[in-house]
Amino acid sequence: MTEPSTPTRDVTVAAKPPGPEQLANRYTKVQSRDVNVYYGEKHALKHVDLDVYENEVTALIGPSGCGKSTFLRCLNRMNDVIDICRVTGRISLDDHDIYDPSLDVVQLRARVGMVFQKPNPFPKSIYDNIAYGPRIHGIAHGKAELDEIVQKSLERAGLWKEVSDRLDQPGTGLSGGQQQRLCIARAIAVNPEVILMDEPCSALDPIATARIEELIDELRENFTIVIVTHSMQQAARVSQRTAFFHLGDLVEVGETEAIFTNPEDSRTQGYITGRFG
Amino acid sequence: MSDSHIVSSFDEELNDLRSAISRMGGLVEAQLSNAIQAIAKRDDALATRCVESDKDIDDLEDHIEALTLRMLALRQPVAHDLRQILSALKTSHDLERMGDYATNVAKRASALSQLPEVGPINGIVRMGRLTHRIITDVLDAYTQRDVERAMLAWERDEEIDQMYTSLFRELLTYMMEDPRNITACAHLLFVAKNIERIGDHATNIAETVYFEETGRRLEGNRPKGDKSSFAVVKPGELPDG
Repeated sequence: MTEPSTPTRDVTVAAKPPGPEQLANRYTKVQSRDVNVYYGEKHALKHVDLDVYENEVTALIGPSGCGKSTFLRCLNRMNDVIDICRVTGRISLDDHDIYDPSLDVVQLRARVGMVFQKPNPFPKSIYDNIAYGPRIHGIAHGKAELDEIVQKSLERAGLWKEVSDRLDQPGTGLSGGQQQRLCIARAIAVNPEVILMDEPCSALDPIATARIEELIDELRENFTIVIVTHSMQQAARVSQRTAFFHLGDLVEVGETEAIFTNPEDSRTQGYITGRFG
Repeated sequence: MSDSHIVSSFDEELNDLRSAISRMGGLVEAQLSNAIQAIAKRDDALATRCVESDKDIDDLEDHIEALTLRMLALRQPVAHDLRQILSALKTSHDLERMGDYATNVAKRASALSQLPEVGPINGIVRMGRLTHRIITDVLDAYTQRDVERAMLAWERDEEIDQMYTSLFRELLTYMMEDPRNITACAHLLFVAKNIERIGDHATNIAETVYFEETGRRLEGNRPKGDKSSFAVVKPGELPDG
């Protein structure tokens, strides 16, 4: 689109919400600067600068292969397990470099939890699915405390009422939507600060999806959430900020409302309105 | 960016919407032009035809509303697509109001054709023609998505307002000169007011075009020339318009 000239007389243009004073109150939880990811020769992510603000949902959108999942997996060093993967640049959590060699990756992943596309409960009881993390991280001391963590996590994930009478049954016996909420409960049981979600609803029906979206909105109060989604409507519904990736570039990031009503980059406009992808 | 959607039926619907607005705009232009003609020629038959054709404009508004409702529900449009659909909805409301005002002018043309000829008919006709040109400009700007053209038309509304103020004072003077003029002049006063309102809706459409194409709302005060709300004419004063 061409940028038309502003009319001359007495005309000013409305500023986009929110104002600078609101932005100033935001705390940057995760910051990435000049992040590049290579899979062997392939340059998968190029010079990404992105701030993730605390207690907000940041949605990463873009066509398949654009680098959004790659970026998400950098945030808790899930890419470390891929041999040919190389990450450069700086990613910090509370201003501490998460790629610092002295940093304990297991501790990092306790602070930055993850929920995957396909619900993947452990082949254990519902109770043990939740209790596993707190046990290995030594968060709970004794059965009573563990019971409390299990109940609280299931409550926060909106699952407690549905499973409280069958905690000893296998987690894999639940419906898809319930399994995904179980995985979210498992992620929050270790008290993470950031939760990464990689297309958490793509295997779920619309009702189960709505429940997860409602849950995401509630979790935002206590956690910082980064979600990769193929559903642009979902990004619009759940996130405060949206980042659009294309061919490894972070094309545009901004307030979700602005991205979906008046994106600045023509590639963003083309993608969200269904003109290429 | 490619201009076409991957789903081509979406493009077809957007085109349908735009052409429906163009048709509606064409009807409104004709409506105003006929109503003014009916006043100028004291043509009761033309005025009656004009009143009857208002229904076509209303029908098109319903059609456009149904189209936009459907597209919002089924396509979940965003960004420029969303703005286009909202613009069509708003513009159709503006055009419908303009059609109503033009129809009211036609009704008064019928009444005027049965009264002795008085007052500044030429001034009314000039004001009507200027308004007609502005509507044409605004509609062309809409069709061509031409923001600059929309802004030029937006600024020209001031001229209509000024003409209205001067007609207002002139009509008051005619009424004071001879009470037998009052019926006709009162009708003319409403005719002028209706035309002035049509101009205001045309500026709304110009603002809508600006929003549709830029994503920003036009803020600030449009220059206004309508001072009639403050006009006082005392017996013995000459019209200064």
